Parts: sequence; C-alpha cells; structure tokens
Amino acid sequence: MRDVTVEGQLASTRIDVTALRLSRSGRQVLDVPHLVLEGPGPTAILGPNGAGKSLLLRCLHGLIAQDTGTIAQDGRRLRSGAAAGQAMVFQRPVLLRRSVAANLAFVLRRQRLGHATRQKRIAELLEEGGLSTKARQPARSLSGGEAQRLAILRALATGPRVLFLDEPTSALDPAATAKIETMIARIASEGVRVVLVTHDIGQARRLAHDIILMQGGRVAEHSPAGAFFARPLTQAGRLYLSGELLI
Amino acid sequence: MGTFTSEFLQALHLIVTGDGDLWGIVLLSLWVSLSAVAVGAAIGMPMGAALAVGRFPGRRALVVLLNALMGLPPVVVGLCVYLLLSRAGPLGVLGLLYTPGAMVIAQTIIVTPIIAALTRQIVEGLDAEYAEQLKSLGLSRLASVPVLLWDGRRALLTALLAGFGRAIAEVGAVIIVGGNINHVTRVMTTTIALETSKGNLALALALGAILITIAISVTAAVSLLGARQGPAHA
Repeated sequence: MRDVTVEGQLASTRIDVTALRLSRSGRQVLDVPHLVLEGPGPTAILGPNGAGKSLLLRCLHGLIAQDTGTIAQDGRRLRSGAAAGQAMVFQRPVLLRRSVAANLAFVLRRQRLGHATRQKRIAELLEEGGLSTKARQPARSLSGGEAQRLAILRALATGPRVLFLDEPTSALDPAATAKIETMIARIASEGVRVVLVTHDIGQARRLAHDIILMQGGRVAEHSPAGAFFARPLTQAGRLYLSGELLI
Repeated sequence: MGTFTSEFLQALHLIVTGDGDLWGIVLLSLWVSLSAVAVGAAIGMPMGAALAVGRFPGRRALVVLLNALMGLPPVVVGLCVYLLLSRAGPLGVLGLLYTPGAMVIAQTIIVTPIIAALTRQIVEGLDAEYAEQLKSLGLSRLASVPVLLWDGRRALLTALLAGFGRAIAEVGAVIIVGGNINHVTRVMTTTIALETSKGNLALALALGAILITIAISVTAAVSLLGARQGPAHA
C-alpha cells in the first residue's frame, strides 16, 4: 500500500453544522442535526451512491442553500453563496478555455495582485503541481490527472482555509491518483482543512484523519479514521466496509 | 450559351479592372452590413447573455419571442422602418429615409435577434458547465457574464458570422428604406435584382461572384481564426 502521510501544521478552521435539512422534490435528502469538523483533518466523507455526500459538501461550501439549519466557520454563520476562505474542486475539473497559466491568473487577478507578484505566484503554483512545462498549453488539452491537479492549484490560488474535494480521483488511473493524494496530503499538512468525498476506501485509509459515513442523507457515523476502519461503531459502518451497504 | 460566356467574361473584366461603380457598391454593402452587425452585437450579445444567466419572471417567454424574431421577414422590417423614418413618421425629422443610415437601422433590427438568440444558446450551454465553479470562485451571476462571453468567444464568432451572412444577403428591407439610389444606397443585392431585370447580366454576375466570395471568405476566416487563435495567455 502506498504511504501518504499528513504531517505538519494542524487545520485550525472549525466548521459547525446545526440542524441542517434539505429537501428535493418533497423528499428529504439531507438531515444533519449536529456535525463538527475540527481536529487536524483531512475528513473523508464516505457512503453509497445517493447517500448525500456531495450535497453535504455543496451545502458546506454554500453552493446549495439548505432549507433550515446553520453552518458556521470558526463561529461565524455562513450566508448563502460560496464562503470566503473556502474553495472546492469538483469530480470533473471545470477548466476555463484558456491556457494553464491563464486559469491561475484568472483567480489571482481577482485578488488584485500586481503583475510581477501574480507571475511569481503562478510559477510557484505550477511548480507545486508539476505543470511548469505546460504553462502556455491550453488547459483543455491536459490529461485527466493534470487537469485535476490544475483545478486543485487554482483552488489553492484563492488562499483557502478550507478545501472541499468532491471525488477528485474517481476518473483517474493509480499513478495520477497517487500524485493527487500527495498534493492533498501536502495541502492538509499546511493547515488547510480538507474535506474530501470519496468512494475509494483505500484513499480514505491513506489520507483521512476522521471519517463521516453518510447513509440516506444522514450522518450514520463520524469517527477517527483508525477506529472506523478497525472497528466501526455502527451497523452501517460495518456493512459499508464489508461492501453490503446500499442506499 | 455564347451570351452567358460573353456576360461572364464581361463580369470578370469589371472585377479585374477595378470598375469604380462595382467596387463602390461592394464597399457600401460591406459598410452597411458590418455596421449593422457591430450595432447588433453591441445590443444582442449582452441581451443574449443576460437571458442566459438571468432568472426572472417572463424569461421563458422572452426566449421564445427572441427565437421567433430570428425569422423576422425583412420586407416587414423594411416597411416598419419606412413608416418610422418617413416624413410623416415619428422619426421623420431625422431625415434618414433613403440613406445608408436607414439601411443600417433596418439590417440591425434583422440581425440583432439572430445574434442575441445564438448568444443566449451559447452562453447558456457554457453556464451549465461553469456555474458551480464560478460560484465557488466567488463570482456573482453578473460577474460571470464576461467570463462566459470570453470563453465562448469562438462560438460567438459564429453568431456574428450568421448575423453578417443574413445582413449582406438581405434585399427586401434595404430596397424599401434605401430606395436603391445609384451611388447613394445601391448595394450588391439590390443592384443584382435591378440589373438582372434590366438584362445587364455582366454587372449582376460580377456582384454575385463577389457576394459569394465574401460569404466564403468570412466563413474561412472565422474557421482559420478559430484554429490559430489558441488560448488566451496569462
């Protein structure tokens, strides 16, 4: 098994979810009475298809407004719209129809950085993602793994304290997945709170500090990763790990 | 067959020798149509983009109306513009009737719905892909519009091309509001109609050849531009 260790500064940003509910077409799809994300992270959200993992992530990030309940970041209640200090990477990276460097410049320009500072930051980010040689290449011509790395770099360019990742490696081969996991571990070790939705139990084992198991729109279990994989507290956890948990 | 060959050779002669009348007509046609497309783009692109990203009551009805206006009959547009600009009309004081300005107005009315409807379609498609990502990056719906227009630039060139194609080939409206006055409002299409009816096929053929060449050239230029443009760089 590959070794991806998350060491370094602890994520200090805390997220509190209280009485969160969301319905779609008259059906309740999320019901989270209480959830706290604290500790070093990363947090992995697991669960079968349709369990509400991505919906929860979108609510936490403010892309979807919940019907009721509150989400607070470091004690400050978040309003609708993407919260400041947060960034999200989607399952399918949405890259602008521009060059690799221009995708990063787009975000940095919004921070009103001077040209020289912006170029320096772009070079640093490209170096970090191993994309320095592809700076002038159209972003849409990148391979799947490179595109996802660029999406992560672009998210990092916003300077987030919280990074949400929605199945970032679901369409990637093992080599590309390994590179992404190394990046995630490095980001988490720099103190960014990483919350990751994944179907890959191995990935959750490698990366996560704590596990949230979702089932039917509810949090079935929230445990430290070591404890969850060694001895799940709930029947849902046991069934999920044995591959028997369906919606 | 002999007559046709002779007319064709005369047409070729007119083109190659740079006949003043012929090229005057061509330049006026281009000026009128390009002006109409420029004004139509300035109005139609923001309108189409607003319809694509905006969410307001009656939006659906506006989209249907805009799509329907793409098939606006040019002669009816010509008639309406004529009534507006005629001496007794509300805009008669401007004295624009039978001027190239009147022709630009008529063609603008014809091409604006085409550009707006195609822009709406292009931007809406792109917005479906970009909306969550742009929101995640902190952009409001309004701030998303320039991003969508820029990233859809190649497709939007096609919308402009479609508008230009419609304008340059248009005859009904410009003949009503322009009057087909020699050296003043005579454009390629109206001249072809007139000269054919007079039996002067050489000029009609020459203009027809130039019209087709322009249409093919513009299409080819847009394709080449799309291929060579590459990405916008940081």
